[in-house]
Amino acid sequence: MARRTVLLALAAGLAAVSAIWMLQGLPSGPARGFVLGLRAERLAGLVLVGASTGIATILFQTVAANRVLTPQIMGFDALYILLQTLLVAALGIAGFAALPVWAKFAGEVGVMALLSSLLFGALLGQGTRDIPRMILTGVILGVMFRALNAFIGRVLDPNEFAVVQQASFASFSKLDATLLPAGLVLTLVGGISAARMAGRLDVLALGRDSAISLGLRQGRFVPMVLALVAIMTSVATALVGPITFFGLIVAGLTHGMMRSARHADLLPAAALIAAITLVLGQLGFERLMGQAGFLSVGIEFAGGLFFLFLLIRGRIR
Amino acid sequence: MRLVPAGLAVLALLACASLTVGAASVSILDATRDPRAALILMESRLPRTLAVILTGAALAVAGVVLQALVRNRFVGPETTGTAESAALGLLAVSVWAPASPIWAKMVAASLAAMAGTALFVAVIRRIPVREVMLVPIAGLVLSGVIGSVATFVGWQTDLLQYVNAWLMAGEFSGVLAGRYELLWVAAAAAGLAWFAADRFAILGLGEGVATGLGLSPGGVMRLGLAVVAVVTAMVVTTVGMIPFVGLVVPNIVARVMGDNLRASIPAVAVLGAVLLLACDLLGRLVRFPYEIPVGTILGVVGAMIFLWLLYRRPAHG
Amino acid sequence: MIRISGLGHRIGSARILDDISADLPRGALTALIGPNGAGKSTLLRLIGRLETLQTGQIALDGRDIRHTPTEALALRMAVLGQQTAIASRLRLRELVAFGRWPHHRGRPRPDDARIVEDALAAFGLLDLGGRFLDEVSGGQAQRAYLAMTVAQDTDWLLLDEPLNNLDMAHARALMARLAELVREQKKSVVTVIHEVNYAAAWADHVVAMKGGRIVARGAPHEVLTSGILTQLYDTPVEVGSHLGRPLILHHA
Repeated sequence: MARRTVLLALAAGLAAVSAIWMLQGLPSGPARGFVLGLRAERLAGLVLVGASTGIATILFQTVAANRVLTPQIMGFDALYILLQTLLVAALGIAGFAALPVWAKFAGEVGVMALLSSLLFGALLGQGTRDIPRMILTGVILGVMFRALNAFIGRVLDPNEFAVVQQASFASFSKLDATLLPAGLVLTLVGGISAARMAGRLDVLALGRDSAISLGLRQGRFVPMVLALVAIMTSVATALVGPITFFGLIVAGLTHGMMRSARHADLLPAAALIAAITLVLGQLGFERLMGQAGFLSVGIEFAGGLFFLFLLIRGRIR
Repeated sequence: MRLVPAGLAVLALLACASLTVGAASVSILDATRDPRAALILMESRLPRTLAVILTGAALAVAGVVLQALVRNRFVGPETTGTAESAALGLLAVSVWAPASPIWAKMVAASLAAMAGTALFVAVIRRIPVREVMLVPIAGLVLSGVIGSVATFVGWQTDLLQYVNAWLMAGEFSGVLAGRYELLWVAAAAAGLAWFAADRFAILGLGEGVATGLGLSPGGVMRLGLAVVAVVTAMVVTTVGMIPFVGLVVPNIVARVMGDNLRASIPAVAVLGAVLLLACDLLGRLVRFPYEIPVGTILGVVGAMIFLWLLYRRPAHG
Repeated sequence: MIRISGLGHRIGSARILDDISADLPRGALTALIGPNGAGKSTLLRLIGRLETLQTGQIALDGRDIRHTPTEALALRMAVLGQQTAIASRLRLRELVAFGRWPHHRGRPRPDDARIVEDALAAFGLLDLGGRFLDEVSGGQAQRAYLAMTVAQDTDWLLLDEPLNNLDMAHARALMARLAELVREQKKSVVTVIHEVNYAAAWADHVVAMKGGRIVARGAPHEVLTSGILTQLYDTPVEVGSHLGRPLILHHA
């Protein structure tokens, strides 16, 4: 079947890209082992973040019945940056830096998952009744969080502000390897949960009336999906920081490539495409352009362009 | 037109209040006798008050013109890539011809803003009209794309701080006599919009209708773009981008007065000035004698007003 | 039988349904007719639990729908609302296959595939089974939704204006099919119908609504009279006869 072929091709693509990542320009001698280890860690991080974001975005778009929304656009990223600002304001630079990595990660995932569940629940809880209003609300809330963030930023001194600035851009070089196991577990659990929901997600995608008629318990199912979205998005963001349009690109590419509406196909495809995009992107930035830190800017740029391209071609509805 | 006289009265009140609020306690009445009071009034308070009024009015009118051009209520100069383009233009001039006189910089910013807005309109035309929500989302993405370019260039050239100030922190605390006069240009552009109001309103009915009535849709579109671009460029350069005014005020006025632009533009201008002046006053009073930038206040207040508008009645087209 | 007692419904400050009580017979084709804004769709949606019940009670074959799990209801009644565009890119066959979901909950059996093919055939869609929803005409998509509802194989079918988008031939074919389901397979159908003549020609039971109330109910020849219809639609209506059934003349 064509779908299987595409999935296999994607998996092969990821394998190929990973191989290049690990082996390209490898130094010989004693440094080799060290570099391999480092690259393996970074690769794991990229794949994790990609898979989490890809899966979460597909889930979110099914619940929102809309292909142009993502958790990030709906205010998630702004909420995250606000949280960082509040942390720095409350703890100061020294306190912020002294936070044990574990605690910060767990705390961030917990708080963000809770807050964003509330946010998405409030926005999407009424079912997909008034989509335009819900979209706008998310966008407006995002702007509001950013304004609040700017306000609190005024309270910080320039050094503190610089720290917050750092936290506002996703950077794959700041991924702490000790978080990888936890991230891996969370992503795996999330992915498996999503896979088990695939059938019900297909029914949900038929629209509210049809889903209810077929006996899907919307009131219980939708919050579950949103909670999963919140957790997976929080994990990805807590690991490397926010990349606003990444999920959008991945979702657009996934739907474009997989001419299928079945979540059993979409979810793995999204995870693979996201991982490949991140690894390729980081490859380009690091090895071709020589700067490690600005993948997120590049993704915003390239991703945004791609989205507009899809829009113009009429591929997004 | 009841809005206009009432609005003007409120505006006058707020203006008087604005003239009296400030770090130095100065009474207006003393101005004729006390040279120091007169100085503060003429060099700082009055220019600032005028700047706020001009900006509020001009931005609101630019918003209403933009909404007519794009035939969508949910756009404003901050969600179309216009502000980001203006910033990019400023960046370009600052990098390549840093010694240019101010008027050259303004021209560069305006041209860049026009190009950015034209790009936005070109993208929007490819979206089916019934997909109302795709328009602001596309605008957001375009803003993000252009913004990422501006950020990247800013980072490379060490002008990132300026970029952020242009794009995010709209504030009037730096306004002195001799530093704000460009806003009169913005106001003049807004005035031009009022003269051409009927054309914009007709264009808002569709190109077919416009042609049938003997208008050149392309010509009206270019005029509208010029107005929006000039206003945004002047505002961004002088005080930085102020969110929400161009988005919220036209919507409020349209609810009361409908879309007859010739009648509603004066109301939009007055209400825009009132809103901005009220928020500016709030920013000056909340933590007296420190100031909170009006962009921040609006980010919160504007968001709340817009949400109230959205949820006050069931779904509005 | 569907027993409705004391049903009331408001949206905001507007009263959509006002103290509705009725019994909808089992094993019959019931048509809900009335002018725009009468509350027909709302009534149907409330029965199909697509909207939340505010006041009153609805019992489906003796069970209160408020207290019956939705999964159980899905095995007893299939609801077709007025369709809005689906974001999903589905082939017709896949859409119809969803009708079996309440039965297999994600684990389809060979029987299910057969029922799906039967449903496709019944609506003349076998050739189009592999096409995507957004590639077929509005009428063909509508028939696909109907096939899905039929594939759900329930005692009760609730249809909200199913004839929308259907040309004459397909509209007649659908009504014939529904009548056949009632006659041969002992199903019960409740359908909102806009064009009164279809109710006249095919319904066993007619419920006429206006302004949120039921103004008449009974067999077609009892309800579809010149007097009642003129009052119902606020326009002069004459009633003739065709093939032993009322023929409503409202066009000129």
